[in-house]
Order: sequence, then structure tokens, then C-alpha cells
Amino acid sequence: MEDKKRNEAYNKYVAAKIPKTKPWPALFNSFWVGGLICMFGQGINDIFLLIFPNLSQQTGWALTLITLIFIASFLTGIGVYDQIGKFAGGGSIVPITGFSNSITSPSIEFKSEGIIYGICVKMFTIAGPVIVFGVASSMIVGLIYWIVGLF
Amino acid sequence: MQREQTFKLKKKPKIIGSYSIVGPKEGNGNFGDYFDYVMKNDCFGEDTFEKAERKMLETAITGVIQKAKLQPRDVDMMIAGDLLNQIISSSYAARAFQFPFLGVYGACSTMAESIAVGAVLVDGGYCDNIVCCTGSHFSTAERQYRFPLELGNQRPPTSQWTITGAGACVLSLAGEGPRVSMVTFGKVVDWGVKDVNDMGAAMAPAARDTLLSHFHNTKTTPEDYDLIVTGDLGKLGSEILIDLMEDEGITLGVNYGDCGQMYFRHDQKTLCGGSGAGCCATVFNSYIMAKLRDGQYKKVLFLPTGALLSTTSTQQGDSIPCVCHAIVVES
Repeated sequence: MEDKKRNEAYNKYVAAKIPKTKPWPALFNSFWVGGLICMFGQGINDIFLLIFPNLSQQTGWALTLITLIFIASFLTGIGVYDQIGKFAGGGSIVPITGFSNSITSPSIEFKSEGIIYGICVKMFTIAGPVIVFGVASSMIVGLIYWIVGLF
Repeated sequence: MQREQTFKLKKKPKIIGSYSIVGPKEGNGNFGDYFDYVMKNDCFGEDTFEKAERKMLETAITGVIQKAKLQPRDVDMMIAGDLLNQIISSSYAARAFQFPFLGVYGACSTMAESIAVGAVLVDGGYCDNIVCCTGSHFSTAERQYRFPLELGNQRPPTSQWTITGAGACVLSLAGEGPRVSMVTFGKVVDWGVKDVNDMGAAMAPAARDTLLSHFHNTKTTPEDYDLIVTGDLGKLGSEILIDLMEDEGITLGVNYGDCGQMYFRHDQKTLCGGSGAGCCATVFNSYIMAKLRDGQYKKVLFLPTGALLSTTSTQQGDSIPCVCHAIVVES
């Protein structure tokens, strides 16, 4: 009982002593870098539509995403993306480039354990939850959509 | 009744040789000039970081045997540990040497633990020469405990940088060198800190516990030591330790320092400082031993702390148990 009290008091003391991340600079950096990535994506999309004027909007988007994923993967491979991430935080995690980074980085890291047990197994250690939640929530939304459509 | 945690060694085994090897970033840090060998890159000519860590330990052991002017056949025992699962780096390094091998694990406190066990064995007359060795590697620790290297995430302000490096020393009764006069084995202390990015706060109570029993058992005060040095509490953890000791009426003054906190220059961006088993191992076997040998320090209390957690225990919501072993080295 006394230990519990001491631990609580200690944790409270530590929480007060911990250096805090300054929210405003962090928010500012993630905002402008994230915005820049999105603008870059829009640029790629416009260029695709310029080169192939007959492309449907849907296909244009798909090509843009593929390009962005490739670029982020490539930057991860040559060790640049983690530098961007260190600086921008959420700004480079939230766009699809962050997703690409989270799949590429464990693949590189665990290459030493072989193709099956290394790359394939570990590939989704970080991105896995995103995929699970994505699939699960789309199922729930689909279910709601279907139920609403019944009436 | 106070449990007997402190052993006063009668013959005071000598540390007749010490060797340290570090990575390039560490070589650029504050202790850069004192290390025996600075690697050009983190891979050390191997294809995986685990093999590089193993090779670091092997290099440190070979180096220390040379520096102690011994032959490999003179070594009676090797005591080593590291941070990887099943302490593979130490075991594989031991495979290369064919010494009787004692693997120890005290997380970041492993250096003090191995010296303490070795000193007791030498003092008891069971072994003539014992090699103690500890190391860690940033990239192997990072992938075992945290995230892949290339993942673009931000480190919280309390996080520390695992040292790439290994340190080794030889304990013996013959020869010249600083003497290990006392060892205090620590208890496992857990004050309920759960944040794995805040190891300093988790480990400070363990250091407090060992310090208090050491001072009590040996009837010494901080003023009796030229240097009291903890392992890798970091900036935050060492401040907490000073506060905790203040509460007990003991003031840790200018003769107190923390290897992790002092390891890097400010512009190396390691936040709270260095950590890992290699942190105190490399500082102890380079800087501290050099100062002890040339007589600048007469009596040093070396007490690295270790966080005995695993990723499984963390994910299951357990708090972080910590331990701290202390050794006193006199010139």
C-alpha cells in the first residue's frame, strides 16, 4: 500500500519534470511539410493529366498515388525520409508517403533475416494496424450504407 | 537488519588492462580522444549489425588481452553480457576465444555486474585473470526495442541514444593498475514508471537504493569519492537522482556525473544523452581508467543502472524493474 502511494507520488513528480515537446514549432513544421507533400501530389496529378489528356480522373489519382509511394520508398531506401520525418513529424507520417515509409523501413531493416521470415513477415509490423483498421472500418461503413439503403 | 549487499575485497584485485571501441558518432563525442579504437562506420565490415556488435566485443577482448600484456591462455574466465536477446553477442564472441564463459545480464549495468562478479572470483583466489566485457550497438538495440532505423518518426525529448561501442577490462592480482576495493550488488527496484522512452526516471530509484545501502554499509559519504558516476540515467534521470538523494539528506555535488549525460556534445542531438550497455562500459574503460591510472582520481564510485524490461513486458503493460550495481575503484 505504501509502495503504491510512493509510486504514484514519484510518477507525478516525474511527469512534472519531463521536458515537453514545444507544440507550436512542431505543429508549424508538420503543417507546412505535410502541405508541401500534398501540393507535390497535386502537381504530379496535373502533370499526368497534361501528358495524357484522355486519362480519367480516377486513373490519374491512382497513378499519382503510385508515384508518391515509389518516391517515398526510394527516399527511405537512400536514408532521406527518416530525416524528413525527424523534422516534420506528423506532416510526413499522415500522407500516403508515410505509409510507404512504414512498410519500406522494416523491409530494409529485417532483410538480414531472409526473404520469408525477414522481409515478408516484418513488412507490416508498423503498417499492419493501419490496414486492419482500414479494412474493418470500411466494412462497418459498408454495412451502415447497406442498412440505410434498405429503407 | 540490513542485508549484506556490500563486499569488501581483501586482496583488492587490480584492473590491469582496459580497452574501448566505439562507433563514429561516439568518437565525435566528448570522450572521443580517450577511446582506443573508433570504427569508421557502424557496420565494421560485417553484413549485419548483430555481427558487427559481436566483432566489436571480439576486438575489445583481443585488445584488452594485448594491453594487459597477457596471452589468451592466461585468461581463466570471461564474463560478458550485452543487450540482445539471449545475450548472443557475448556468447558468440566467447565462441571465438574458447575461454570458460559466464554470461551475465544487467542491461546497461552489465559492466559493473561483470566486474563485480569477476573481482569477487579473483579475490577469492579461484581465478588469476578474468576478462570482463560489455557492449551494445545502436542499430541492433533500436530494432529490438524500438522502430526500424529508416522509419520517419520523431524521438520524444526524454529519449536517449544507444551507444555503439564495447569496453573490456582484465582483472588480476598480479600486475599494475587501479584496484577494485568494494562491490555492492543492487536489488531490483521498481517505482512504477511505465514510459519506455523515459528510462532515466525508471532507473533513478534503483541508483538511489544502491547508493544508500553502499553509503550505509561502507560508512562513507559522497565527499569520500573523487568521482561518483552513474551509467546512463541521462540528463533527466541524473537530475532526478540528485533530487531523490537530497530527500534522504545526501548531497551529490560537483563530483557526481553521469556517463550518458556527458557522452555527447549538445549539437549531436541525442536529447537526454547516451544509453546502453556500451555507454558506461566505454567511458569506464577509457576516460575513467585513464584518470585513475594517472592519479587524477583516487577513488571512484561507479554505479551504472540497468532497466530490466523486455518488449513483451512493456506491451503487456508492466512497469520497468531496474537494478544498479556499484563498484569502488581506487588508484
